[in-house]
Amino acid sequence: MDINLILIIAVVLVVLFVWFTYNALATGKVRIKEAFSGIDVQLKRRIELVPNLIESVKGYAKHEKELLENVTKARSSLMRAGTTQEKAQSDNMLSSALKSLFAISENYPDLKASKNFLQLQEELSDIEAKIAYARQFFNTNVSSYNSTLVNFPGSLIGGIFGFKEEEFFEAEDEERKSVKVKF
Amino acid sequence: MNIYSQISANKTKTWLIVVLFVLFITTVIFIYGKSSGYGLSYVGIGLVISGAMTFASYYYSDKMILGMSGAKQIAKRDNPQLFRIVENLCIGSGIPMPRIYIINDSAINAFATGRDPKHSVVCVTTGILDRLNKVELEGVIAHELSHVRNYDIRLMSIVVILVGLVALLADFFMRSLWYGGNRRSRENSNAQSVFLVIGIILAILSPIIATLIQLAVSRKREFLADASGALLTRYPEGLASALEKISHDKEPLEAANNATAHLYISNPFKDKITGSWFANLFNTHPPIEERIKILRSM
Repeated sequence: MDINLILIIAVVLVVLFVWFTYNALATGKVRIKEAFSGIDVQLKRRIELVPNLIESVKGYAKHEKELLENVTKARSSLMRAGTTQEKAQSDNMLSSALKSLFAISENYPDLKASKNFLQLQEELSDIEAKIAYARQFFNTNVSSYNSTLVNFPGSLIGGIFGFKEEEFFEAEDEERKSVKVKF
Repeated sequence: MNIYSQISANKTKTWLIVVLFVLFITTVIFIYGKSSGYGLSYVGIGLVISGAMTFASYYYSDKMILGMSGAKQIAKRDNPQLFRIVENLCIGSGIPMPRIYIINDSAINAFATGRDPKHSVVCVTTGILDRLNKVELEGVIAHELSHVRNYDIRLMSIVVILVGLVALLADFFMRSLWYGGNRRSRENSNAQSVFLVIGIILAILSPIIATLIQLAVSRKREFLADASGALLTRYPEGLASALEKISHDKEPLEAANNATAHLYISNPFKDKITGSWFANLFNTHPPIEERIKILRSM
């Protein structure tokens, strides 16, 4: 067989191979970005609702200053957060701050009876569930992209074109740290 | 195999099935044409009619199915809890929000239909809303949304249409034999009588064969939807216990008929499943005990 023909076929195969692997990685990145905007939408909704919640709690439970401050602090750190990791971290902080706020609300029957408060509570816990699902979807996409990137054809092509592993949306052991009890 | 390759495999499979069915239908029409004595122009007309019908039913299948089942669309304010479950699971699987319909029937059942995730419908009975708890309902909805995301809804509506077409053609052929077949049968009667016999046998068998293909496709899809539904909720026990409740419930769903039975999450007629391979060939759904067993072993 003609050597030239074999060479041409080989080159075409290599080009196709690079092309498809590159596209798989690029598509993976786009999907991750899309999935992240799914999380972001919910985070923004949460940021918008928190001030209303604080207002309605203030009216009934003035003495829980520290708790309310925690929520505000977590909220503003979520607003400032830039990277995936930071967002995950401060979102986690906000979740636990809200959790303790809702726990303490049990002590205030008037607050618990307030329609406004109940509605906010329901909406915020719905957002929390939605964030959990959006996070799950995001992490599924990240893990599928990362595994393409570290396995053989992807690792080669990814290295050449400078694709990097993506971060999962998860807080860095924040929760476990805060539960530690000192004696 | 990640979920995206499952989906693209499913899309390829849809095309393969469509091509196979078109070949099958063409062969059937060819034999009908030969045996009834109308010749091959029959094939052309048959194909044009079948093509047009397939196309039309592809776009209207969801409306027809919903109409047949007497389902009514609801808005978020009618049942916010159900809407939230669907919204959350849609976010988790990355698909747009489907329309939600309700069938007013105390049987426990649900189905999904449509042609792609952007044009999809999830339909539940009032019985399922009353009798399942939130976790179980979540399992069921996740199963239905997996049908949507995996493009099972498209595959199944196309298969159903094609099966219907085969039955229609067979019927058409039998009638044409009855009314007009004898006119031209004197010329080259030997070859024609052979084709006539083949034609009649085919007319009897082809709807059965087509139905068996449909049922095999349908059963396979149920297992996949169970698995990816469980992956979505991360809690297989929810769907397992929902299926258990469904299997203990003896009430058939009046709104279901033979044409829509395969769509539901479990067989709406509540027939006894005997377990022999021959009886299983004719089931729209795999035995519920087997599905529960697989879910519990995850």
